[in-house]
Amino acid sequence: MGELERLLHAEPVVVTAGIEVLAAALGAQSVAVHRIDWRPPFGGTEVALAGLAASPKVAEANEIAIARLLEVRPHLVDVLPAGEVVPGLAGRTFLHAGPPLSWEQASGPMRGALIGAMLYERLAATPEEAASKLAAGGVELSPCHHHRAAGPMAGVISPSMPVLVVENPATGGVAYSTLNEGLGKVLRYGAYAPEVIDRLRWMERVLGPVIGDALRRSGPLDLRSLIAQALQMGDDGHNRNRAGTSLLLRAIGAALVESDVATVADRSAVYSFVDSNDHFMLNVVMAAGKLIVDAASGIEYSSLVTTMARNGTEFGIRVSGTGGRWFTAPAPVVDGLYLGSFTADDANPDIGDSAITETIGLGGFAMAASPAIVGFVGGTAAGAVQRTLAMYEITMAEHPSYQIPILEFRGTPTGIDATLVARTGVLPQINTGIAGKEAGVGMVGAGLVEAPMECFADAVKSLARRLSDDAAA
Amino acid sequence: MIDNVEVRRGTYHDSVRLMQASRALQQAAGVEEALVAMATDLNCDLLAEMGFDPEAIAAAGPNDLIIAVRAVDEPAVAHARLILQEALVAKAVRDSPMLATPAAHVIGSVASEATLALISVPGEHAFVEAMDALRHGLDVMVFSDNVPIAQEVQLKRSADRLGLLVMGPDCGTAIVNGVGLGFANVVQPGPVGIVGAAGTGIQQLCCLLDDAGVGVRNALGTGSHDLSVEVGGLSTLRGLEALDADPSTEVLIVASKPPAPEVAERVRAAAAECVTPTVLAYLGEEGVTLEGAVGRTLDLLGKAVPAYASWPAPTDGHRPGVLRGLFSGGSLGSEAVGLAVGALGEVGREERGAGHTIIDYGEDEYTRGRAHPMIDQRLRLQRLAAAGRDSRVGVILLDVVLGHGAHPDPASELAPVIADAAAEGAAVVVSLCGTNGDPQDRDRQARVLNEAGAAVWLSNAAAARHAVSMVDEVADG
Repeated sequence: MGELERLLHAEPVVVTAGIEVLAAALGAQSVAVHRIDWRPPFGGTEVALAGLAASPKVAEANEIAIARLLEVRPHLVDVLPAGEVVPGLAGRTFLHAGPPLSWEQASGPMRGALIGAMLYERLAATPEEAASKLAAGGVELSPCHHHRAAGPMAGVISPSMPVLVVENPATGGVAYSTLNEGLGKVLRYGAYAPEVIDRLRWMERVLGPVIGDALRRSGPLDLRSLIAQALQMGDDGHNRNRAGTSLLLRAIGAALVESDVATVADRSAVYSFVDSNDHFMLNVVMAAGKLIVDAASGIEYSSLVTTMARNGTEFGIRVSGTGGRWFTAPAPVVDGLYLGSFTADDANPDIGDSAITETIGLGGFAMAASPAIVGFVGGTAAGAVQRTLAMYEITMAEHPSYQIPILEFRGTPTGIDATLVARTGVLPQINTGIAGKEAGVGMVGAGLVEAPMECFADAVKSLARRLSDDAAA
Repeated sequence: MIDNVEVRRGTYHDSVRLMQASRALQQAAGVEEALVAMATDLNCDLLAEMGFDPEAIAAAGPNDLIIAVRAVDEPAVAHARLILQEALVAKAVRDSPMLATPAAHVIGSVASEATLALISVPGEHAFVEAMDALRHGLDVMVFSDNVPIAQEVQLKRSADRLGLLVMGPDCGTAIVNGVGLGFANVVQPGPVGIVGAAGTGIQQLCCLLDDAGVGVRNALGTGSHDLSVEVGGLSTLRGLEALDADPSTEVLIVASKPPAPEVAERVRAAAAECVTPTVLAYLGEEGVTLEGAVGRTLDLLGKAVPAYASWPAPTDGHRPGVLRGLFSGGSLGSEAVGLAVGALGEVGREERGAGHTIIDYGEDEYTRGRAHPMIDQRLRLQRLAAAGRDSRVGVILLDVVLGHGAHPDPASELAPVIADAAAEGAAVVVSLCGTNGDPQDRDRQARVLNEAGAAVWLSNAAAARHAVSMVDEVADG
């Protein structure tokens, strides 16, 4: 091969960005042309994008980060009390979803869930007492994401709650999530009625120990394989988890029967509880997701998005190459279908760590695998496919295991690149539940939401500053 | 050998897909002949000609699909059917609107399917797209101007490291393996290779060579800043090296608007090292013209230099007065200035001058907020009309550039204004940069301009000399 052999001697295939007449001139010469629908990047990011494009360090860092993200093999191994295993949860600390938050900033469902946790932990006798103690700073609040954990909706984790333990056998990494309570009046949507607290106590006393024992008997459960199967059975891993929940129950079924840590009635109740809650698998996927994103975090200069999470007030993201810093914007309101007589007026802004599923190539990014999802979140089956297809442009890889049958088993778009979000204006698509804005109301609907552009733009600018500061140093 | 003919009733596929399916079948192991087509009369006849039994398709009509395979044995027929299934079904799924890939917004999204990126986004954004293209292994042409010089240097250094070429920024013209990029004339592939920091200069070289019956396979634009001190001729040197190593290039031309002296020397030294005979044409140097460079190239190829096409003005007489040069091509304008200065002395480059002027309407100050004058002629039309009315103007010289990317029919807009100017008594001389292969049809354009009263020359230098001589005549008379 001579110098520039392809350019000088091969039939060119040209990608064009810009003036249409130049693309048309190629068409007139019967040259294969791919026209880009180019648009200016998000305002204010131009200089940062040029700075990042100029450095080979960013591309190199991204290769490392995405490889780390893709190589994690999460295994569900146990269920244990949060206070015993989750780092930094000793004493009076409650974890919550999304970026850091104070009681004053907290929205209705977040306050409700915190009040419920106070009642559950017997730190207050009444909701009023709980609220005043929380307002007085009697409990330290900290994001789940700072503690190897992730929680759906309000995402409140208190020390007595049982948590799923997910490990990566290859690296010894570990991550946690609570057990899913089901739908209706539940703590994660901010409900704290006695029935909610009673259920949490039952989960602590029966559900956690029984599932934990079953897992120890059945051995580590390979979640990568289980999620891959669930996608092919119509799950998206975020809002549709019927297949995954069924597969999970099947995997531990024999061990549940064999278990001797509870009565037959209790074990039967555990089976029924999981069987009647299609979302049981969501928390498992989230713990797996936390393990995955933590493995890809902290790669200097990488623009890989490692966190997307909402606390009901703010939407926050974190990027691998900018340390632990959160980039936040006001949490958007979800566009979706409402239950019963609820309307958008009843909706709280977006809330929960569950966008971790989108961060690892599931949820809205895997909607094409889950046409049934549109019955829950609205839209059309064709639109679900289109949403997934749009995500390929802002992601670094196609997942080797999570495959979408209707796309000829193409891997799901995985690993959001913040620079591509800023360049394309294409925003990450998230499937999500909608919490009522009043504490205690619970779930009012489900739908689709886009991550706010400002978070990505700020992350891109911050990354570019780090790069130029380091180059100057 | 087995003939197998199947008719699928009421099964429709478009003809292109069926052609692709036929081709896939023909290439299958053990298949001798194959036809997959709708059973139109034409296709039924074709099938009979291929020796298949017409009886097998006697009842088939235009809405039925026929699948005819002649293969060595039954397994080969069965295998062919599997291939057909894939050719028809898989494509059908991919073509469904639901599965249509959404429009891409960045080069990287489709880079795996391309070999070259042509970028003409606003200059401040061109760098990011161009780096994206390079990282994905594409050669790049940056048509955009106003790209910061530091970014240009970085792009070209990255390309060097990656074994790729960046043409531009501010690269208007290139031909790669016979394909015109940007503004480019239609020429046959041939033995001449061009490297140039001069868009319309490259076009003029191509057109004169074409008129002499000599083709160009590759003309690598380098962008107008390549021979600046900062860039140091990175793309010019790289292009020169590649074309020198290319056995199909017999003569090389390096053309540029006036380069930085030390870079000019570096390129001159590199050209001297080339195995391939190399002609240097730095416009602005004493006696250097594009026409001259083509002459030397033809000499090196052992070809006679022809009398380049020209169409003399229908009438000779014109009023006395100064020269007004109205150019759209920067290199053509530069060449004209070089020739005019020699003969006329001072030639102004700004519109306000009362004496002789030659203006490049492709310069930034005239293109803000409007397309290049090779696409949008309105400003030049207006200036042409003004010059016609201006009794101080004796001779109007303008270029008309044809080819891909340029105005689809420039003569149709220019002719009436030229006729008016001629009627006012001004002489109009046109430098027509084009080939007969161009979409606008050079000879037809020449005829229309000529009939309107213009003297038309294919050689820009000849047009300039002619215009200058007419000014001279008046001055002398």
